[in-house]
Amino acid sequence: MTIDMQQFHQTFFEESFEGLNDMERELLNFEAGNGDSDAINTIFRAAHSIKGGSATFGFSEVAEFTHRMETLLDEIRDGKRDMTSQAANLLLKSVDELRAMLTAMSDHEDIDTAEVLHLQQQFDLLLQGDEPSQAGDKGVDVSADVEQESAAGTGWKITFSPHPHMLGTGNEPLRMFRELGSLGELTVSVDHSKLPSFDELIAEECYLAWTLSVVGDIPLVSVEDVFDWVTDDCDLTITALSDDSVVREDGHEETHDSTTDEKLALVGNPAEEKRSGGERRSPLERRKPSSAEASSIRVSTEKIDELVNMVGELVITQSMLNQMNEEERAEGDDEKFKDGLAQLARNTRELQESVMRIRMLPISFTFNRFPRMVHDLSIKLNKKIELKTSGEQTELDKTVMEKIGDPLVHLVRNSLDHGIELPEVRLKAGKPETGVVHINAYHKGGNIIIEITDDGAGLRKDKILKKAIEQGLVGKDEVMSEEKIHDLIFHPGFSTADVVSDVSGRGVGMDVVRRNIKDLGGAIEVTSKEGVGSTFSIRLPLTLAILDGQLVRVGSETYIIPLISIVESLQARPEALSSVAGRAEVYKLRDEYLSIVRLHEIFGLEPKHTNLCDGLLVVVEGEGRNVGLFVDDLLGQQQVVIKSLETNYKRVEGVSGATILGDGTVALILDVSGLIDFSRHGSMSAVA
Amino acid sequence: MATILIVDDSTSMRQMVGHTLKAAGYSVAEAVDGVEALKIAKSEKFNLVLSDVNMPNMDGITLIKELRGLPAYKFIPMLMLTTESVSSKKMEGKKAGATGWLVKPFNPEQLLGTIKKVLG
Repeated sequence: MTIDMQQFHQTFFEESFEGLNDMERELLNFEAGNGDSDAINTIFRAAHSIKGGSATFGFSEVAEFTHRMETLLDEIRDGKRDMTSQAANLLLKSVDELRAMLTAMSDHEDIDTAEVLHLQQQFDLLLQGDEPSQAGDKGVDVSADVEQESAAGTGWKITFSPHPHMLGTGNEPLRMFRELGSLGELTVSVDHSKLPSFDELIAEECYLAWTLSVVGDIPLVSVEDVFDWVTDDCDLTITALSDDSVVREDGHEETHDSTTDEKLALVGNPAEEKRSGGERRSPLERRKPSSAEASSIRVSTEKIDELVNMVGELVITQSMLNQMNEEERAEGDDEKFKDGLAQLARNTRELQESVMRIRMLPISFTFNRFPRMVHDLSIKLNKKIELKTSGEQTELDKTVMEKIGDPLVHLVRNSLDHGIELPEVRLKAGKPETGVVHINAYHKGGNIIIEITDDGAGLRKDKILKKAIEQGLVGKDEVMSEEKIHDLIFHPGFSTADVVSDVSGRGVGMDVVRRNIKDLGGAIEVTSKEGVGSTFSIRLPLTLAILDGQLVRVGSETYIIPLISIVESLQARPEALSSVAGRAEVYKLRDEYLSIVRLHEIFGLEPKHTNLCDGLLVVVEGEGRNVGLFVDDLLGQQQVVIKSLETNYKRVEGVSGATILGDGTVALILDVSGLIDFSRHGSMSAVA
Repeated sequence: MATILIVDDSTSMRQMVGHTLKAAGYSVAEAVDGVEALKIAKSEKFNLVLSDVNMPNMDGITLIKELRGLPAYKFIPMLMLTTESVSSKKMEGKKAGATGWLVKPFNPEQLLGTIKKVLG
């Protein structure tokens, strides 16, 4: 029978990556002095599973590499060795390397053998170097016991007398004889001399002994294999049959070969090790996001059961309505019909929620990477930093989670680099030496909030303002609220870092972070107090598939404005309206001038109102700017399911997608950032 | 047809072993650790138990010891899935009542060969 092993690879990779995350977490606990025997067991088990799986599925490089890790961990587990920081660091590096290797393999790419060899040498050094002399057997040596000893063409005489308890191990002499019989011609004679009288006989014990001879060209190991499991549970002798007593029989050698193969499988292929990769890259850089974003998802059976249950309900409701349709109409049926529809609506809503929940994962998947990052960076920055996380079980959509990863990393890096001060600075300021970065997540309304708080230096208002004035972002005499000043750090091209550091400030600014979050339909804010610390607060929708929308009417069309970008809606007062250069219209709202975008002009429609004071202005916010969208009327607010225009039609500027309304008509969802760009540059290409 | 209980914390191993055995016509139940296996073994009867050694919550050796203590499993073959590097575990497993072992890595043919050996 042939079984295609490839079908199990994806699962193997997934569980291996999970195992590596566990290892990393526990190793970091050790570094922090919180390791215990449970932690060691977890680490060991992960390495062990990866080793077993990789050997089974044919990834010999990984198997060989993890074998060394396992040997070291085994010694630590048995108390023969301590988890020194040297060992922990080597293991952490190995975790990175394994991730890189597995990623390469799942992408069908070559692995960087140079780095693998380098780490293997370090393991060998560590393992041989100090005390424990070859603890545990190395497992990879193909020992001499598989030598080709064969009773060339004769056969074997076997005396076999099981100990009384042997049956209690599940080993059955009959099956063993049958296996022997498959090797060659078998003759069996039984010795029942030890059989007690019937009164004394215990049915569960074995009193018999056998003398067997098996004839043929059979290697010794094949015979030994048969008794391999019971060597301690019986008296056994195997001797070669004398030549003269034998009839020759051919063709029973295969068994031996397969056992040697199995022992050889763990031995790495030296030829493969030689083809070393080009330049050495750090494993972290080689960690590619493409495969880290696993394409499959694991769902708890509970969630599935809920779905199945829900579909059942839906079927019941459907048949109820169906029945009502077929039967003769009677008095009171309208009421029943309404009930049925209400039930259908409830079922649909619940079903939708359940389906959505399948895509929801706890945010711990993203948080998991931070302990390691904080550990590495605090060493690099010479800072003492403690990381606290909470709300790891808060769930959000898998796609949102994948996309929020990088912005979060950026923010945490910033907090470590610019936020937390050096220990001596902190002490001088009367703060504890160790800075704290706290990452928290929780649900609020239909959103998830992620907060990154540090007790560091906080944002320096004067410095930000000075820089902003230098860069011409702010007028010299402009009076700005604290909030507005803090918000400047999200402005494109703004940076106050005196030195571009190795850690952050690699040209990717906070503006990119804000834009990425905006693209997800979210928002980011900062609150900060000089000398006390800063909090970055991110608000994200739980899913990208559904959006809270404000329906507006322009002419005969209905458009949807994402609720999240609406600041307010108002009726224009004539005295606040003015036009610049005779063309661009602005509206003075409190102390701010808003550009006005007439949606009917953009979309080429015949509006109900052309006078700005007759319609309504919807003030929307995007890219740090507010504009007023001129519409005829506001309709209701509702959740809409986003359908991509690009997949169904083509990309249209000013429009981010479409949805289907209850009456079956299509409504376009406005791309607020795109419209704001339009108001800035006054042009938009290819507006439908 | 014989029924087999597979116990392994690794999903990919369970899949591989399970798939192979089902393809060979055995009926198969799976458990992720000793605790779950013990629960399943008490509610159903199996002709063979295949268990990994290193598992969270309850390891394979404890599982075998527990199962051997149950009248229904007194003579049932139980095989450990193990790696060479833990040869001391083989002996520990034998003491606990394991019938034998299957050394990882193994391929489907080796697996079926070993199964045939104990299920005859």
